Amino acid sequence: MSGLTRADYPLAETRPGEVKGKRGLTLADITLAAVLAGEIEMEDLRITPEALMAQAEIARSAGRPTLALNFERAAELVDVPQDVVMQVYELLRPGRAKSKEQLVDAARLMRDTYKANRIASFIEEAAATYDERGLFIFRF
Amino acid sequence: MNDTPNRWKRYADWDERPLRLDKFAAEDAANGFSAFSSPADPKSAIAIAGGRVASMDGVLEHDFDMIDRFIARHHIDPAMAPKAMAMDSREVARMLVDMHVPRETLTRLAHGMTPAKLADVVSRLNALEIAFAYSKMRARKTPGNQAHVTNAKDDPLQLAADAATAVAFGFDEIETTMRVSRNAWSNAVACAVGGAVGRWGTLFQCSSEEAEELRIGMAGFTSYAETVSVYGTEKSFTDGDDTPWSKAFLAAAYASRGIKMRCTSGAGSELLMGFHESKSLLYLEARCLCLQRGMGVQGTQNGGIDGAPLTATMPGGVRELMAENLIAVWLDLECASGNDARSTESEIRLGAKIWPFLVAGSDLICSGMGSILAYDNSFNPSLINGEELEDYLVLQRDFEADGGLTPLPESRALDLRSRAVEALSAVYEELGLARPTADMKASVIVASGSDETRSFGPRDVSFISEAIKARGVTVIDVIKALATRGFGEEAENLLNVVKLRLSGDYLQTSAMVRGGRVISAVNDPNDYLGPGSGYRMSEPRRLEVNAIRDVLDQKEVLRSEALHEKDEARRIRYRSLGPAGPGNDVKEIVIGISPAFGLKLFQTTGGHRLSEVLAAMTGAIAARGLRPRIVRFRHTADTSFLGLSAARLSGSGVGIGLQAKGTAVIHQRDRLPHNNLELFSNAPITRIEHYRGLGANAAAYGLGEMPDPVVVPTRGEAMGSRYHARVALIYAIETGITEEGAAPEEIEVAFMGAKS
Repeated sequence: MSGLTRADYPLAETRPGEVKGKRGLTLADITLAAVLAGEIEMEDLRITPEALMAQAEIARSAGRPTLALNFERAAELVDVPQDVVMQVYELLRPGRAKSKEQLVDAARLMRDTYKANRIASFIEEAAATYDERGLFIFRF
Repeated sequence: MNDTPNRWKRYADWDERPLRLDKFAAEDAANGFSAFSSPADPKSAIAIAGGRVASMDGVLEHDFDMIDRFIARHHIDPAMAPKAMAMDSREVARMLVDMHVPRETLTRLAHGMTPAKLADVVSRLNALEIAFAYSKMRARKTPGNQAHVTNAKDDPLQLAADAATAVAFGFDEIETTMRVSRNAWSNAVACAVGGAVGRWGTLFQCSSEEAEELRIGMAGFTSYAETVSVYGTEKSFTDGDDTPWSKAFLAAAYASRGIKMRCTSGAGSELLMGFHESKSLLYLEARCLCLQRGMGVQGTQNGGIDGAPLTATMPGGVRELMAENLIAVWLDLECASGNDARSTESEIRLGAKIWPFLVAGSDLICSGMGSILAYDNSFNPSLINGEELEDYLVLQRDFEADGGLTPLPESRALDLRSRAVEALSAVYEELGLARPTADMKASVIVASGSDETRSFGPRDVSFISEAIKARGVTVIDVIKALATRGFGEEAENLLNVVKLRLSGDYLQTSAMVRGGRVISAVNDPNDYLGPGSGYRMSEPRRLEVNAIRDVLDQKEVLRSEALHEKDEARRIRYRSLGPAGPGNDVKEIVIGISPAFGLKLFQTTGGHRLSEVLAAMTGAIAARGLRPRIVRFRHTADTSFLGLSAARLSGSGVGIGLQAKGTAVIHQRDRLPHNNLELFSNAPITRIEHYRGLGANAAAYGLGEMPDPVVVPTRGEAMGSRYHARVALIYAIETGITEEGAAPEEIEVAFMGAKS
């Protein structure tokens, strides 16, 4: 899915066959019968980076560039494990990182391990700002 | 000593009104108590250099605090800023209320505006203009609403029942929270199951600690979050234990899990947290909102929120709450527009607070109406709670305004509550979490609030909640349990909500689910361009909104009268003796009854049998040695003319006019029609003793005396609202059988002596 505009929205109606879960099951595959047969896992009910990138295109075409950027950052986080997501979030909170380096390391991890370039830049921007604003202070 | 205080006692009356429980604060900008402007607010300005913001609202880039920096980097569009900032604020304010200027023109301009500029523009609008601009600028065309579903015991059975009823009332989102934070998982499962009863598509949030809330979302129980708070000063932001970057990261994290999210901000939060920088509420909130657009969240919960009660203590505070909502929608954010924390004890202030949003519409009019009773609201009482929810339904009908809710028939409510309680009990049993007894269930189904239940308490719930969490129960387990135990429809409904995550359609701005379809600002954009455009209720929707309970119609009036007809037949008989002429007997008092009196209508609006009214009047006349004479008029049903016509036929020159609905008058032959001797205009509060007094006084006038008029004491009841619909329907029956020029009939009345 690419080159989408607001006319392609909602995807569940315009592209039902292309909306898929992580293991490739489509909306039509995910039925109550399939759940009862034990064929559906939580992974099948997860959004994919592709869907988020498609929503980003739609948001941009609807005149919402900042929302589109958020969806693009989100697309990079889809495959980042939950505990890593929560660790990075925690590190971004005030006083958690004791120095700029800790945040820069987190940015490197996101870029190198998860190919999350937008997220990495975002963390680096935070690191620079926290440094200037004295946020690496110890909080009890 | 004089124990009578030197005081106009009206003030003592006012002291007793709920309003006086509200406290009001003086305007004091230095201490943060200023709604719209403060000497410390910056003048709006921007400088762009090399495609970057070099200074904003009087602060150089080098001196930006975290919030300035985030706004400058992520909100301000450097290409739009020079044009937008150069525009005259008064001109932009006029564009906001100009129906010929499309919404999109204004949202694009906002991309280039600083917080001070946005605040400067909206502060030029009065309350009515703000409401109108809000109606034009809100993102999605169709209005919606959100409910709180909580209770004082964290009782899951009650949560399920109340979630089901909230869904049936039409709430698009339901939000829960707990008295005891470890009960979050239990609340989540209970509301997810209850919210799947009856229909699907209501989004659900379990407001809890940030990391826990995201975990609950990952397990599939919830579908949105809105507790991601932002603040307008750097110190309050860090005291709130976050930064714009941490919150923006969280926003991306929610989207990456396919969960809808909005931020929360509102006037007064910085003041409550002690770091207001002496800035006005509106300016600080404008910063919050620019920040949110910069973060890329689709929407905001704003309009005071927890700070609304504090904001409402200030001059212009309520107008400020409206103004910040306007900035939110102008920035193209979904707006769950507050009307949430109860900002007053006065029902008048409450109604006035909600009204502009009801008529303007909003993505979510309340960001939490209490669908439960006020004491069960674990967020704190809402502006409108379960107690007043029906008032809100009537407001929708009064103004033909879609407030997102639909009246719910009693029997349907009971069925849904019962179904929800059984469904959750089945899930608990199936998953080995608990076995609710029949008594627990029965007490919850009929309970209005948790005071009336004999069900789980907070400690029982903790064991359940911790078991759900520890065993890693997911929505798939719950769906299976529901289907296995015969709740296939609920299982399907719940599955449909989780499937919303796959496409992410509901992550777009202002998304909600209606009739099984996602609608949002993308496919249902607000296209208001004047009368006839924008949101209008369809005729079927209008009829739905109108269908409140206990509505009176003519059929209902006739049915009620038919019941009384049988009863009166045992008590009184009216016999026509032919045309009635003028009497010569100076000792007679004519009682002129109305056309339908005793023929089609049988009781007064005060609920008195017409036979008893006549018996009391005639008895009192006879007691003074005069003779009552009854005449039915058919040419008029009007009280004054019944009275005057009666007086003209009366040998004494004094007559009584008596309508079937109980309105009565004493008249005298030579008086002008509306210049009567005595009148009972408030039939609903007129009692038999008053009719007896009226008879006695008519006799007294007939004897040339000057009696004390009979006064029916009114205590200021809203007679019109209580009775006029019935009165008009009854009166139409009277006028329907009047006949121009019809002669009066002499009536012989026989009392049959039946006793009640």
